[in-house]
Amino acid sequence: MKIRLENVVKTFQTFRAVKDVSLDIESGELVALLGPSGSGKTTILRMVAGLEYSDGGHIYFGDQDATDIPVRDRGVGFVFQHYALFPHMTVADNIAFGMKVSKVKRDRAAIDSRVTDLLRLVRLEGLGDRFPAQISGGQRQRVALARALAVDPKVLLLDEPFGALDANVRRDLRRWLREIHSELGITTLFVTHDQEEALDLADRVVILKDGQIVQQGTPEEVCRDPQSAFVMKFLGDANVIAAEVRDGRAYAGEISVHAVGVADGRAELYTRPADLNWSTAGPGIAATIARVLDRPDGRRVLATTGSGEPLEFDVEPERVVKAGEQGFVTLRRAKVFAGG
Amino acid sequence: MSVFSAHRKPPRVGDNPVFRRGLIGIVLVLVAFVIVAPLVIIGVEAFSKGWAVYRDTITHPDTQHAIMLTVLAALIAVPVNTAFGIAAAWAITKFDFWGRRFLLVVIEIPFSVSPIVAGVAYLFVYGLQGLFGPLLEAYDIKILFAVPGIIIASMFVTAPFVARELIPLMQAQGRDLEEAATSLGASGFRTFFAVTLPNVKWALLYGVILCNARVMGEFGAVSVVSGNIRGQTNTLPLHIELLYHDYQAAGAFASASILALIAVFTIIAKVALERQGAGRVRKQANTAEKAS
Repeated sequence: MKIRLENVVKTFQTFRAVKDVSLDIESGELVALLGPSGSGKTTILRMVAGLEYSDGGHIYFGDQDATDIPVRDRGVGFVFQHYALFPHMTVADNIAFGMKVSKVKRDRAAIDSRVTDLLRLVRLEGLGDRFPAQISGGQRQRVALARALAVDPKVLLLDEPFGALDANVRRDLRRWLREIHSELGITTLFVTHDQEEALDLADRVVILKDGQIVQQGTPEEVCRDPQSAFVMKFLGDANVIAAEVRDGRAYAGEISVHAVGVADGRAELYTRPADLNWSTAGPGIAATIARVLDRPDGRRVLATTGSGEPLEFDVEPERVVKAGEQGFVTLRRAKVFAGG
Repeated sequence: MSVFSAHRKPPRVGDNPVFRRGLIGIVLVLVAFVIVAPLVIIGVEAFSKGWAVYRDTITHPDTQHAIMLTVLAALIAVPVNTAFGIAAAWAITKFDFWGRRFLLVVIEIPFSVSPIVAGVAYLFVYGLQGLFGPLLEAYDIKILFAVPGIIIASMFVTAPFVARELIPLMQAQGRDLEEAATSLGASGFRTFFAVTLPNVKWALLYGVILCNARVMGEFGAVSVVSGNIRGQTNTLPLHIELLYHDYQAAGAFASASILALIAVFTIIAKVALERQGAGRVRKQANTAEKAS
């Protein structure tokens, strides 16, 4: 089911949580709403679900205006950040709940067989008789998903689905959710503040800031071509170097990069740690290594430039670098944004 | 004790044996004087004139009537206040509306007002010289110095008990479960009975038991509005006072023993019910903790 948000607005008391957001989600698409806390992403998700009503604008499910349809009749599957499993019901009863309360009457056997199918889908065969307190966090998350899927929702909505899990479980569940999505082809919208999760999982990433969409696109588009300093910084580690733009080039000390379309004057150079080269001889930006952090896939160097600005860059695992060492940094690529 | 002192632990208050035994001693003495002695006296005095006097007092029509009236008041006031408490707690914790905080304060009023004040207030509203007095008299409706007055006063005094037990728990549980149920297609009633109520049943039971104990023991407000008419508007606590003032100490204590017995049964019932479902309560509390 295709979902369309049209100039949606939501205000809590005097705080404008969502300001005039318009968004199209294609049928069968998996879309991430990515943003820092307070960016309005959860509010948007809850409005799509019908758990909050928008103060302005429209939400369409297909051709139907769903703006005023209550959550009960909206036909969405909602997975809560903290699962919200019913603690007094077994896993099987949790999954069956939606079918039992449905206006569409199903007989006992039909419900049971659907519960068994769903338990198999979420790989929890044999755990139907357990209570939520007796299973792990990752398992609870999968029960929550099975419960949401049991009512054949038109859309699947997930609020920070992996937020409360540890890193390894999170990675596994992410891949697994992607598999389920390709198997069922259900339109899915999920909220996260974790850029890695959004980029890993989504067909399309919608980046929000202060209740507005600042950029949207495929993971490739937003990674390769961030349109603002905010997106650049939010998507990953970034170095900021003060620069001066003259005639389509940005100059910072001894180095310069292309800056087509940026107005002349003060600007900021943004680079990823992997886009910096380190050498002991110039030309480049003179810097002193302050600290070296070892990581499984390489070494992260924290350095300070001559003018006191911090820089982070990555070097190969074999490279010998030590704190106190002096050298020069050059840029392989950079984004230039006016201002600063 | 020796096990603990064998390990090196950071010093705590009460590690000194003299201090510790001193504290425990004080507590024991206080318990003996404040709780045990009065309870024992009730039993001893009730039977001081022998079993026959005790039986006569209990089976006396006035005592019997007082017991019936007390039970009647509880049978009406407790269900009404339970329904009110659930409704109030549900509204306050699961919905946002204008005046929510005000309602929270209103629920507390019976706790902060002295029962005597409540009784006198009813006197001024429903009494002969009161606000509705002439109107009620014109239609020959007796509220004060009659059973309805007793029930209304009992209801006022015990109104907050159930709500007060439920509100903190339901607040801590949040609204996720209800939202999940509604998103799955459950109606408001279905959500309430299938999801909300099962998760608060122990707190609810606790509130009902406290409410019941207070209704049966209420003296202040009821004594103002009942008029103390023996065999007509005397509840058990009022009956005890009356007997005592009539220099029938044995009778007073015999009646008091009934109230004390009700209290003991209340506590036993509460503990038994909690134990019966204790495992599940703990499990639920566990999930609630993790879920929040």
